[in-house]
This record gives sequence, C-alpha cells and structure tokens, in this order.
Amino acid sequence: MAESENHELQRLADREYEYGFVTDIESDSIPPGLSEDVVRLISAKKNEPEWLLDFRLKALKRFFEMLANGEEPTWAKLQYAPIDYQDMIYYSAPKQAKNIGSLDEVDPEILETYEKLGITLNEQKRLQGIAVDAVFDSVSVATTYKEELERQGIIFCSFSEAVERCPDIVREYLGSVVPYSDNLYATLNSAVFSDGSFAYIPKGVRCPMELSTYFRINAANTGQFERTLVVAEEGAYVSYLEGCTAPQRDEHQLHAAVVELVAVGDDTEIKYSTVQNWYPGDKDGKGGIYNFVTKRGACRGRRSKISWTQVETGSAITWKYPSCLLIGDESVGAFYSVAMTNNRQQADTGTKMIHIGQDTKSTIVSKGISAGHGEQSYRGLVRIGPKAHRARNYSQCDSLLLGDRCGAHTFPYLEVKNSSATVEHEATTSKIGEDQLFYCRQRGISEEDAISMIVNGFCKEVLRELPMEFAVEAQNLLGISLEGAVG
Amino acid sequence: MTPPNAYEGPVMLKIEDLHARAGGADILKGIDLTIRPGEVHAIMGPNGSGKSTVANVLAGRPSVEVTGGSVEFEGRDLLALSPEERAHAGIFLAFQYPVEIPGIANNYFLKASLNALRTARGEDELDAFDFLEVVREKMKLVEMDEKFMSRSVNEGFSGGEKKRNEILQMAVLEPKLAILDETDSGLDIDALRTVANGVNALRTPDRSMIIITHYQRLLDYIVPDFVHVLARGSIVRSGGKDLALELEEKGYGWIEDENTVAKPGASA
Repeated sequence: MAESENHELQRLADREYEYGFVTDIESDSIPPGLSEDVVRLISAKKNEPEWLLDFRLKALKRFFEMLANGEEPTWAKLQYAPIDYQDMIYYSAPKQAKNIGSLDEVDPEILETYEKLGITLNEQKRLQGIAVDAVFDSVSVATTYKEELERQGIIFCSFSEAVERCPDIVREYLGSVVPYSDNLYATLNSAVFSDGSFAYIPKGVRCPMELSTYFRINAANTGQFERTLVVAEEGAYVSYLEGCTAPQRDEHQLHAAVVELVAVGDDTEIKYSTVQNWYPGDKDGKGGIYNFVTKRGACRGRRSKISWTQVETGSAITWKYPSCLLIGDESVGAFYSVAMTNNRQQADTGTKMIHIGQDTKSTIVSKGISAGHGEQSYRGLVRIGPKAHRARNYSQCDSLLLGDRCGAHTFPYLEVKNSSATVEHEATTSKIGEDQLFYCRQRGISEEDAISMIVNGFCKEVLRELPMEFAVEAQNLLGISLEGAVG
Repeated sequence: MTPPNAYEGPVMLKIEDLHARAGGADILKGIDLTIRPGEVHAIMGPNGSGKSTVANVLAGRPSVEVTGGSVEFEGRDLLALSPEERAHAGIFLAFQYPVEIPGIANNYFLKASLNALRTARGEDELDAFDFLEVVREKMKLVEMDEKFMSRSVNEGFSGGEKKRNEILQMAVLEPKLAILDETDSGLDIDALRTVANGVNALRTPDRSMIIITHYQRLLDYIVPDFVHVLARGSIVRSGGKDLALELEEKGYGWIEDENTVAKPGASA
C-alpha cells in the first residue's frame, strides 16, 4: 500500500485516549501491601458482618496458597512481567460524608468527572431511563433512580449497601457462581473487594429500565476490585450495562473484578453488556490496565437465559471469559464479543458454555480485530455434560487483521460427553484488503470512513445485541480505536 | 480507417505516453488517448494486454505505479489526485470484480458514497427519504429488486447481480466519465442485455464512457463511437465501431501480426 496511506493510518492509530484525565480529590487509602490486617481493615471500614469477613479471610488464605503454589494462570497467550501483589494499594475511596443521602452530597469534583465521561448522575437532567451506579476507585459514589425501582421491588444499589439492606440474599448468592477459590484473580477479589453493584429483581418483574454501572479508576497504584452480583427470580427480566475508563498513567494497574449472575427460577432472563475502555497504555505499551476479570452466570431455572455482550477496546491486557452454566433444562446461554487490540495491547478472551441440563442451547459469536502490534486470542470451552441430552452449541469466531504486524489466534476446546449433542464451530480470518479500501475510495468514501465502515460491518452481529445507546457509544469507540495500521 | 469526429468541444480526458507497472512488470508502454464529452470509447484486446491496468491507473488503484506520461482530466493533473478525489471529480469505475463488504447494507454504502460526492461538491447531504426516492428511480434502470438494497454490499450476489449493482451505483452517482472494466464477463445473455440497457440509458451528451472488453458481444448492445485495440501495453489500432466486428471475424492474431501498420494513438 502506498506510503501516504500508511502515514494516514498511523496518525489515526496514534490518536490519544480521551478519558485519560485525573480527578483531583482527597482520598482515603490504605498503604500498599496485602495482609490479613489489610483485609480486616477493609472489612472494618465497611462495617461488615462477621460472615463476610470470614469469606474474605478464607479467600486471602487461599490466595497466598495459590501464590506459593505458582497457581497464577499461565495458559493464556499473554506476555507481561510478574505482578507484585505487595506493591499495590488495595483500598482507595474518595473522602466524603458517609451514607450519602442524596446526589447533592457527592463531591462536585466526582460529579464533574462523570459529566466529562458523558454520564449524568443528576436525575433531573436525564432524559433516557437508565439507572446508573457509579463506582469511583473502589467505592460506589452514587446510584440513580433508586426509589423508582424500589416501588417495583427491584433493589439496585452498591454492593456495600446491599450487605446492610439484604444480607440474606447477598450471603446466599455471593460466591455461588464464582467460588472464592475459583482462580487467582477471583480469589484475590474475594479477599479484598471493596465495593461494586448489586441488583435484585423479584419474581415476575420485568425491570423497566437499563441498569448500568460505570466504573472509574482514579487513584494511582491502586487495584480496582469490584464485585457485581445480579440475582433475578423466576420470570424476571433485567438488562445490565457496564462501562469503564481510567486515567492515563505510566504504571500498569490491576483491575480484577468478579461478576456473578444468577437466573434463579424458570423463564428468567439476564442480559449483561459491557463496553470496556480502560486505558490501553501508550503506543509503546507503557502503562495501561491489566483487566483480569472473572464473569460467570448460572441459568438455574428451566428456559432461563443469560447473554453476555462485550465490546472490549481498552486495557493493556485483557483476560476475560464471561461464561454460562446451563443447569436448568432448555436454558440458553449466549456470548457476543468484539475485542479490539491496537499498538501493544493483548487480549485473551472468550467464554465457557457448560451444558448440564437437557435441551440446553448456547451461541458464541466472537469478533476479534487486531491492528498495530496487537495480539489477540479467542479461547472458548464448550462442555456438554453426560446428562445434557440434545444440547446444542453454535460457535463462530472471526478475526480481522489490520496490517501485517498483529496477530490473531483461535483456541476452541470441545468436551462432549453426550452423543445426542450438536456442536458447530466456524472460524474465519480476514484482512481489510486493499481491494475493499480501494472499492470504497473509488466511490468517494475517505479511507478513514472506509476502515470504520468495514470494521463496523464486521462487528455488526455483535453490536446489534447491545442496547441502542450503548451500540452508538460502541461504534464511536470502535471508530476511534480501530481506524489505523492497515499494512 | 479514420474515426468519425462527431464530437466537438473541449477535451475531457487526455492521456499522453502513459507508462505503468503492476505486479513487478511493465504493463503499459506508452498509451495515448483523448476523450471528449459524450464520447464512448471501447478498449479491446487479448488477455494480458493491459486493458484493466488502464482502468486502474485512471481510478488510482494504489498497487499500480505510473512510471511515465501524463493524464489530464478537465485540465487537472489526474495522477496527483487520490482515488476518492478522482471519484469526487466525476470518475467512476465499474469493477471487473466488485468487492464484498460484509455487514454493510447496500443502500447504506451507496448513500455514504453519494453523500461523500455531494459533500465534496459543496452540496447538502441527502437524507434517507430523499435518497430512497433517487435510488428507487434508478433501480428500475437495471431491473433491481428493493431486497438488494438491504443485503450486504455484493455479499452472496450472483455475477449478474454484482454487475447490475455496479451500474446502479453509476446511475446514482452520475459520473462525468464512467469506466466499465469487463462488465460483460461472467454474464449470461439476459443479464448482459439488462446491463447494456442500463448503460445506454445513462448515455448523455456530457457523459463519456470507456468500455473495456475482450469480446465484441457487448458492443452489439453498447455501440461505441471509437474502438481501440490494445496489445502488449500499446494501442495498436484505432477505428470506428466496425473495427470491433473486424476483430471478431479475424481474431486478435491479425492485429498483432500487422501492428507495424497502424500508428498507435487515438482520434485526436
């Protein structure tokens, strides 16, 4: 391709991360390091009940065992220097009056931060009905539309608040889908998680608005360990959105979250959508978030349904496999993913579909886009248990390469223990060709718009699964992050 | 044979001593061609003679390198313009192999294209409703069904559908100079007739066309004003529409054998 085009592409690829600002507020942090004292301190700061402290301490003990046994997951196709878990701050919270009664009491600097990110916490101004829980560093700073939701029996609040308000529900379901001993990062999270979001949808209620959590890492050298728990009872429906950004910093920062979804009864449906735009590091790979996240949902009821939709454009490293346990007969799991890596970003992402019940069904659509020196792997497990008669899975993994310095890899794992199951897997790899670009340009469309168009076309099957507002945001994000580096 | 000189007026396209390389080989070795508004020129020649390279040079395909000569389009140095700028200037290439763009609806693509041209010309963009009106009208020309418009660009289209789609785009974009690169290849006789009818309907006193083809067959339907024969990278003979018939009868061997007779060059 001509020199001038490469130049233009490079310019686009080098575009700055626009959420990289830092908010100057006073925060309450615990000194770096991890120990039983630190965990007790976090728990005490939140006035947690004894059972929750026990949960944390069990996890901490297990975490140290795992570290000692070298149980850090190394099977992913990712390269990074070992993480020093003693050099990290495990708790940082904006200093503000405890038990905020209304939004007026939230630090105006924080409100402004969210405004800058395009998230209005002020309910009066909101036209669209989306309830937002804003998590700043480790704590939830504001939740909107709470009262309105409560009239329908829906609880949507920060995790800490849920522990106070409905301890029995939290206690019953915390760790029920992702056990505290699941994997190193989930175990660390179980020990030190500071806050997160909680949603409970009672029997037969269709949640009237999108529930959304917006995560923001602000403080330096801080890990963010939030925990999200969504419990939906029989016949309930909820759509949940999650967005994330972080300031631009030279050091890597760890984000090790856990998300658990429980579709408790029959005919329950949970949709969980993520647009992840953590700071990806600079073009040489300096700084950026390590996004090591465990997300899993359990379809316990008959015909219950869980779908994960993710658009992953940020983070230096993404290690993430949103999964479904299909326990109830005829339950349905879905995973729709767009992952994009540019510059030195690396992503190893995919899903696990565990078919346990009869006539269970799962769909996997994964779209990977690599540009620059980006490296990307799809890793997916489809397991059909011995009793999962007539289970079906369809997987489609497509990779799009921009340029010739990036990589795309596909690692499908199939374990089928029931002969009546049907499993299909399709995979393609393509490049944005000179032919496609030339065709668009001959029709008068600029190269920049052409790349954007081709990439959006490539991702269409996934983007259409997102709620409308998010779809627009995701397209814009892809536009910013994806254009560039065609070789 | 002296080509008829039915068209007076300013020169639209002037190609002089054009040399070009593609795929590491010298393909064009000195092409001269002059086209005035309203003229239809056919470029014929055997495989590998450089016909498609002429089309690609004019449209600005990045993989083709111009190594000598000049091309002026309406007095501007065409070779200095990017492919999209050439499109904005009114040059349209109907591709020999139209490209598939999965996930992008045909109507979305065509609307983006038309609006890019309109914006470049300082005109307002058309909204979805106005665009639909324009397209519906033009779709009749190539007997295309509205279903086509919501399918992904060229994806899963038959050969004939792809070529009709190219002509639809041409009809909507209304170029000054349309280059049809082997539009007849892979078409059965019915599809060929449909495509040719579409093209003929787009002939105007202002619009010029270059029809690139291997066979005379297409020229039964789209009757050219001039025919040029390309062999080994040069125009070895130019004439009126009868030249095409003569070629059909005698084959390309005839021209190549006696190409010392004809002076390379066009009507001007």
